[in-house]
Amino acid sequence: MSPMRILIIEDDRDAAAYLVKAFREAGHSVDHAADGVGGYDLAQEGGYDVAIVDRMLPKMDGLALIGALRAQKIETPALILSALGQVDDRVKGLRAGGDDYLAKPYAFSELLARVEALARRRPKGAPEETQYRLGDLTLDRLSHKVTRAGEEIALQPREFRLLEYLLQNAGKVVTRTMLLERVWDYHFDPQTNVIDVHVSRLRAKIDRDFDAPMLHTVRGAGYMIRDGAR
Amino acid sequence: MTALVKLFRATAFKLTLAILGLSAVGAALVLGVVAWQVVTLIDDETRQTIEAEAKGLAEQYDVGGVRRLGAIVEARSRQPGSSLYLLTDSAGEPLAGNVAQLPPGVLDRAGVVDTPYETSDESASGRRALARIFLLPGGFHLLVGRDLSDRARIGAVMIRAMAVSLAFFAALAALGALFVARRVLRRIDAMNLSARAIMAGDMTRRLPVSGSDDELDRLARGLNEMLARIADLMAGMREVSDNIAHDLRTPLTRLRNHAEEALRGDADPAATRAALERTIEESDGLIRIFNALLMIARAEAGADSAGMSAFDVGETVASVAELYEPLAEEYGVALEVEAARGLTIVGNRELIGQAVANLIDNAVKYGAGEAKEPPATGKAKIAVTARRDGENVRIEVADHGPGIPAADRARAIDRFVRLEGARSRPGSGLGLSLAAAVMRMHGGAVRLDDNAPGLKVAVTLPAGAPAPPALPSPPAKAAA
Repeated sequence: MSPMRILIIEDDRDAAAYLVKAFREAGHSVDHAADGVGGYDLAQEGGYDVAIVDRMLPKMDGLALIGALRAQKIETPALILSALGQVDDRVKGLRAGGDDYLAKPYAFSELLARVEALARRRPKGAPEETQYRLGDLTLDRLSHKVTRAGEEIALQPREFRLLEYLLQNAGKVVTRTMLLERVWDYHFDPQTNVIDVHVSRLRAKIDRDFDAPMLHTVRGAGYMIRDGAR
Repeated sequence: MTALVKLFRATAFKLTLAILGLSAVGAALVLGVVAWQVVTLIDDETRQTIEAEAKGLAEQYDVGGVRRLGAIVEARSRQPGSSLYLLTDSAGEPLAGNVAQLPPGVLDRAGVVDTPYETSDESASGRRALARIFLLPGGFHLLVGRDLSDRARIGAVMIRAMAVSLAFFAALAALGALFVARRVLRRIDAMNLSARAIMAGDMTRRLPVSGSDDELDRLARGLNEMLARIADLMAGMREVSDNIAHDLRTPLTRLRNHAEEALRGDADPAATRAALERTIEESDGLIRIFNALLMIARAEAGADSAGMSAFDVGETVASVAELYEPLAEEYGVALEVEAARGLTIVGNRELIGQAVANLIDNAVKYGAGEAKEPPATGKAKIAVTARRDGENVRIEVADHGPGIPAADRARAIDRFVRLEGARSRPGSGLGLSLAAAVMRMHGGAVRLDDNAPGLKVAVTLPAGAPAPPALPSPPAKAAA
């Protein structure tokens, strides 16, 4: 993962210090603002790959800040952090111009994965890729065909979407909740680790008959697909 | 003293006084108008009589001049009645008639006059008369009039009637105001007393209802319904906090144990790491429980329009079932899904999805194993169906597991209730209560039935409802 420039706008000192330290350890460069106005000024200068915005901020509310940025045509992807974790709050956050939403308390691995996913999102309006290729694995979005080392692999529609999302984020960690959100379009707590079962089914299909496994479990974080040969 | 002040300050008291005051003014007006009419009538008649007599006298005058007129006047004056006559010469000296004295100058005013006069009879002084004065050739004056005592008497009767009726009204007003104010005050005081008792903590108290179904009764009934709802919510809150205290103690203790284990100096790094991982797992579990509780609380508090949209429940049921299908297979259960499409409702798709997920999750976890007799097919089955049922959408999740005894079914929906046999398995005991709260929020209901064997959870949701009720339905029985 190439280093990113991340802007953290968070008024809680301890939480901010922890985030700054953790993102730096993950190899990214981080700026921090402790209130809405300072954060808005920094964000306006631009050049950030992702902004992490706390929802409740002194001087300027997080949603208002994002709204103001969007009004200025500053499209820096923004992730909203909020102590309000209900579905409606998520809807309001995304409606205000946020790109992703994470409720406190969160696992840093979840935040990191989401921030990295946001930063490498294709710019709005760019054409979607029609084919993903990773090592000897290819996924064709048009013909709905998946092959590995030339062999066609039959996948259920949902497995296809799952693999597609993993390949979009190849080399990066994707968490279980990200998968539930992006592949199933649900934000709720599925009680049991249903996602794990889906992933292991997919893994059985794409990895079982091949020497180098591609779909890896990242402990305490989620999953990652990468070219095992390298 | 204070009671009296309170009485006088009461709105009912003032209102009654005001109404009676207005009625008194109205009565006085009516009497006044009647009196005026009567007086006018008497005056008119008097005038006509005077005119007739004057005419008769004029005829006599024409025939016999002043002498004859004098004789006639003299004769008529002696007759009893209220007719008045006076004939004077040019010097103003009376020649004939029954009027003894007049204010000076009256005789010079030709036409009709209303004047005081004196008769020769001393007993009746201060009388008034309506009279017409004629100037006759030779400086003679003739006065023909009528005594106005009748009119004055009627006027006096009217004034007395007015005074009496006003006094009567005043008394009635005071009594009525006191009575109404005391009656209303007594009821309001009773309500206040109950309100204070309730504020002091007696949530079972209700405002008194007199049974007359008047506005105070309706107010009291409305407030009582509100109190019942508040009491319900409070009972719910108390139950939740009791349960939180009781059920979160265990995971919190485990969390603490894991943290202590990680801190222990002699532990090797791998063990420390494992302990820390368990700490995080434990806290994640706690967060999930809190989230579920918050979600239940939110769903019970009512719908927020932000998350509401029209969507196909059939599609939701199918996709959630699909999400659980591999898990069911791991548990050795076949998930049979039969979801119709086009089951559009207006609601929160995420919450409905979560509720359906909870039901399927429960069925997979508890409905799979430990059946006393495995089904003949050899593989446990869970049937998930969604279909239209009249005005409703009906979702059913039916398993062939051990089921829930009829006596426990109502309790199973309560928060944190984990029935016998479920305690050893993962779960917070919140799944069903969350599902039930979500369905209630959407105007629906959850029923637990016997699937013989197994458990059948049936959900009914109003289909295509334009907007779900903002509040869960109030308790069926209102305090009377």
